[in-house]
Amino acid sequence: MLGYVIQRLLQAALVMLAMSALVFVGVYAIGNPIDVLISPDATQDIRAAAIRYYGLDLPLWQQYLAFLGRLLQGDLGRSFVLNMPVLDLVMSRLPATLELALASVLIGAFIGIPLGIYAGYRPNSPLSRGIMAVSVLGFSVPTFWVGLILILTFAVNLGWLPAGNRGPTVEVLGVGWSFLTWEGLQYLALPALNLSLFKLAMMIRLARAGTREVMLSDTVKFARAAGLSELTILRRHVLRLISIPLVTVFGLEFGSTLAFAVVTETIFSWPGVGKLIIDSITSLDRPVMVGYLVLVAFLFVTINLIVDLSYALLDPRLRRGGRTA
Amino acid sequence: MSGPLLSVRDLRTHFLTRAGVVKAVEGVSFALDRGEILGLVGESGSGKSVTGFSLIGLVDPPGHIVGGSIRFDGQELVGLPVQELRRLRGRRIAMVFQDPAATLNPVLTIGTQMTLAVRAHDGVSERAARDLAARTLTRVGIPEAAARLDAYPHEFSGGMRQRVAIATALLHGPDLIIADEPTTALDVSIQAQILAEMRALAKESGTALIWISHDLATVSSLADRVLVMYAGRIVESGPVGAVLRAPLHPYTRGLLDSLPAMAAPGQRLNQIPGSTPSLLSLPPGCPFAPRCPRATEICRTDPPRVEPPGRLALCHHPLEAA
Repeated sequence: MLGYVIQRLLQAALVMLAMSALVFVGVYAIGNPIDVLISPDATQDIRAAAIRYYGLDLPLWQQYLAFLGRLLQGDLGRSFVLNMPVLDLVMSRLPATLELALASVLIGAFIGIPLGIYAGYRPNSPLSRGIMAVSVLGFSVPTFWVGLILILTFAVNLGWLPAGNRGPTVEVLGVGWSFLTWEGLQYLALPALNLSLFKLAMMIRLARAGTREVMLSDTVKFARAAGLSELTILRRHVLRLISIPLVTVFGLEFGSTLAFAVVTETIFSWPGVGKLIIDSITSLDRPVMVGYLVLVAFLFVTINLIVDLSYALLDPRLRRGGRTA
Repeated sequence: MSGPLLSVRDLRTHFLTRAGVVKAVEGVSFALDRGEILGLVGESGSGKSVTGFSLIGLVDPPGHIVGGSIRFDGQELVGLPVQELRRLRGRRIAMVFQDPAATLNPVLTIGTQMTLAVRAHDGVSERAARDLAARTLTRVGIPEAAARLDAYPHEFSGGMRQRVAIATALLHGPDLIIADEPTTALDVSIQAQILAEMRALAKESGTALIWISHDLATVSSLADRVLVMYAGRIVESGPVGAVLRAPLHPYTRGLLDSLPAMAAPGQRLNQIPGSTPSLLSLPPGCPFAPRCPRATEICRTDPPRVEPPGRLALCHHPLEAA
C-alpha cells in the first residue's frame, strides 16, 4: 500500500512539472504583455526598463526556471494589472468556486446515483424511461440556457430564490463560506443546480449501465438464492460493485467544474475563479493566467490522487501487499 | 412428516425469445425424500440448471415457469408471491453455484456477505450473525474461521472459496440444497474432497441434496438416485447403481461409453454422434432419435411415453427390452 502511494505521488509530481512547462510556454506564445502594461507613448527607455523589471528580456528557459524556482517556494508571482500576489488573488476567489463545484457534484451524485440504479434495476419501467429522458436532456441542453430558465422561473416569476450574487458568508478558517447559513444556501441553490444538471445526467448513465451489468451477475443471483431482499442487494452488493467508475467521474467532474464553472459563474454573478481567469485573459495578465492554470492543474492532480487512493479502499484486490492464502 | 420433501410434476420452463419459444424444461417430474441425494445429469443445454433454478424461482428472464407444479414440504411453489419465495430461499432451500469466484462479491469481506445472509432471515445481532458464520465455516473445514471472516474472497483459494459458498448455503440448516456443478471449476483433488464433505454434511444434517452435473462419474460417487436429462426431458431415472450398471436409455449408454475411464488404453474414445439438438426446432418424435443407434421409424414420428414407475426410461426401445 505504501509503495502504491509513493508511486502515485511521484507520478503526480511529474504531471505537475510537465503541466507547468506547457502552461508557461503556451502563455508565452500568445503575445507581448508589455504592450498592455505601459502606455503606447512611453519612451524607449521606460519601455526597456519595464521589460527588464519583469524579466522579459531573458531567454524563455531562464524565465521558466526563475518561475519554477519561485513556484517551489509557493510564490506564483504578482498580477501585472492589480499588482497583487497571484496566490492571494486566486485564494480570495477559490472558496466560492470550491463550494459551488462541490455542491453541484454532490447534488449530481446523491440524486443521480439512486435514479441510475433504479433505471438499471427496472430498465423497462415507465419511470426508468422518464429518468433516461432527463439524462438525455441533461447532456444536450446548454448550461447557459438552463441557467437563464432557472433564474426566470425561480427568481423572477416565483421569487423563491435570489437571482445572483453570493449573499452573506460566514468566516471559517479565515475564508467565507455560503453553505453554513440558510440565506447563503438560498444563494447557492440555483447556480449549484444549474451546474449539477450535466453531472446528474452522467451519474444516471453510469449507475444505470453498471447496475444493468451487475444485476445479471452470479453474485446477485447467489445473494438472491440466499434470500436477501432486493433492497439489501442493491444497497450492499450492487452499490459497492459499481462504485469505481462513479468515484472516477465524481473526481473528474469536481476538478473540471472547479476550473471551468465560468459560464454559470458569469450568469449568476458568482464571484469565483472563473470570472478571474476571463478578466486576466482579456487584460493579458500573464502571471495570473499561469498561476491560475498551475493551481488548477494542482487541484486536478490532487483530486485524481485521492480518487486513485480511494480505489484501493473500494476494491480490496487493488491493495498491494495484502494477505493472500 | 409424510410424503416426499419435494415433488415436481410436469414442470415446464420456457424462454420466450425473439427466435421462438425455447422449451428448456419440458414436462419434468420427480420426487425427492428428506435427506436423499439426487444427481441430475446431462450435457450443456439439457435443461438441468434451468430445472434447478426453477425450483427456487430464480430463472433469468425471458425464462418463465409456464406450467406444472413444485410442491415443497406440502407448499406449492409455482405461482408463490416473490416475497414468500424469498423467505424460503437460503432458509429452507439453499443453492450453491458453479464458480465461487463469480458468486462471492469480490469487494465485501466474506464475514459481511455471510452476515447479510444470516440477517436476511433472522433478526439477530451483527455479533451473533458473525458467530454463526464462523461456526459454519469451521463445519466446512476452514481453519481459524473467526479470523478469516475479515478476509476478501480473492484471499482464498478456489476450493476454500467454494467452501465459503457452501457454508453460506448451510447457515440456516436448510432442508434442501441445490448444487449447480459446484465442483466443475475446481482441481480434481479438491473436487473429491468437496464431494466427500458435501455427502457427509448432507447425511449428518439430514439435508436433501440435488447435485447438478454434466459428469456421471462425480454423480455416481455421491448420489443415491440419478436423473438423466436430455433436451429438457428426463430420459432416465433410477437408483444410481442400477442406472450406471445397466442403463435402459441409449443416451445414458452413450454417456457412459464416452467416459474416458471406460475406454481401453490407446483406443479412441467413444462418443455420441451429432450434437444436442436446438431446443427451437426439436424433431417431432423422440428428440434423441437423430443421434440414436437404435432409432426406428416410430422414433422419428412419435414421442415416446413414460413407462414403468421406479425405474424409468423415456424410450421406444429401452436397452433391457432389446
